[in-house]
Amino acid sequence: MHEVGIAQAALDQALEQAQRAGAVRIHRIVLRVGTLSGVEPTALEFAMQTLLPGSIADGAGLEIEPVPALARCRSCSHEYSPSDGLLFECPHCGALASTVLRGRELELARLEIS
Amino acid sequence: MNTPGPSAPKQPSSPAPETEDVVVIDVRDPADTLPEPPGDRIAGTRTVDVSVRILDENDRRAEVNRARLAVLGIRALNFVSSPGAGKTTLLQHTLAALGEDVSSAVLVGDLETANDARRLRRPGVPVAQITTGGACHLDAAMVARAMDAIPLDGVRLLFIENVGNLVCPASFDLGENRRITLVSCTEGEDKPLKYPPMFSSAHAVLLTKIDVAGAMEFDRKLALQNIRRAAPQASVFEVSAKTGEGMDAWLAYLRGLL
Repeated sequence: MHEVGIAQAALDQALEQAQRAGAVRIHRIVLRVGTLSGVEPTALEFAMQTLLPGSIADGAGLEIEPVPALARCRSCSHEYSPSDGLLFECPHCGALASTVLRGRELELARLEIS
Repeated sequence: MNTPGPSAPKQPSSPAPETEDVVVIDVRDPADTLPEPPGDRIAGTRTVDVSVRILDENDRRAEVNRARLAVLGIRALNFVSSPGAGKTTLLQHTLAALGEDVSSAVLVGDLETANDARRLRRPGVPVAQITTGGACHLDAAMVARAMDAIPLDGVRLLFIENVGNLVCPASFDLGENRRITLVSCTEGEDKPLKYPPMFSSAHAVLLTKIDVAGAMEFDRKLALQNIRRAAPQASVFEVSAKTGEGMDAWLAYLRGLL
């Protein structure tokens, strides 16, 4: 359950960015979470909800934008979307070594503030 | 309006009474404060695009650790595995084998107790126990605090034994130079397929407790195949810290880092 730590980091970031933008209230927090990030969106959302009270983001809406994985084969450079799980092989040549182009994201995307 | 935040005491935590001369850093002790809420400006609701990485803070601290280690001439290794895969035993035997040739230090993370730090204590080897108080992984800030608490002069290798957990530590860069993943023969051949991130991010994978592979009817060939699948980039070692089998190659790998 390291989602609690990540939720805290996400909230810290949101508060810092809101402060930088001169906000007094955060109404919505949008996170971008890749399917290979190792973070379970439901657990992250739950953890965030427990941390918001007492901050300027109390009552803020939470939104998680999933980012599907995209990999490039290191053997034949074929780009593909790994269909299942965290371990994948190139559908073109069968090689296991790949470079992940997308899917590891764990980002604070947007804030709605006033 | 901004009000002053609570002032966090920045001194290192004092060792708990039962820990003898083992240095203990309990992360439940206050070290950092959250940014204060902003001031009094009121405007209509607006959306700001920020697109910042959420682990930024940890990654930044990890880079600070890495830079600090580089200045000190220390190579740091982050040992990750399930609980009971044999991290502490491997480190005990590794420290004994390196002896005085290679000056070493150890940071060891657990949810509670300083038992592992006691096990790893050797003359001339500074050891700090990090008790995470429930956190399922070490992070870069904990490692920085623990590095502050032990003498690092002359140390060449810093062994960091992470919390036993094959999931969460994969997401937290500590500033290490090498990530070492352990999997033991008592865990089943398919561990690398069940927990890919811990293997795909490893520089080296150690298959441990190979002395009991026979008794466990453990299929070494299949396990090695699975490790290769999940960690094609990693150096692979088969070891038994107990019998010493395979330890020479592992020690050569460590000496090769210097």
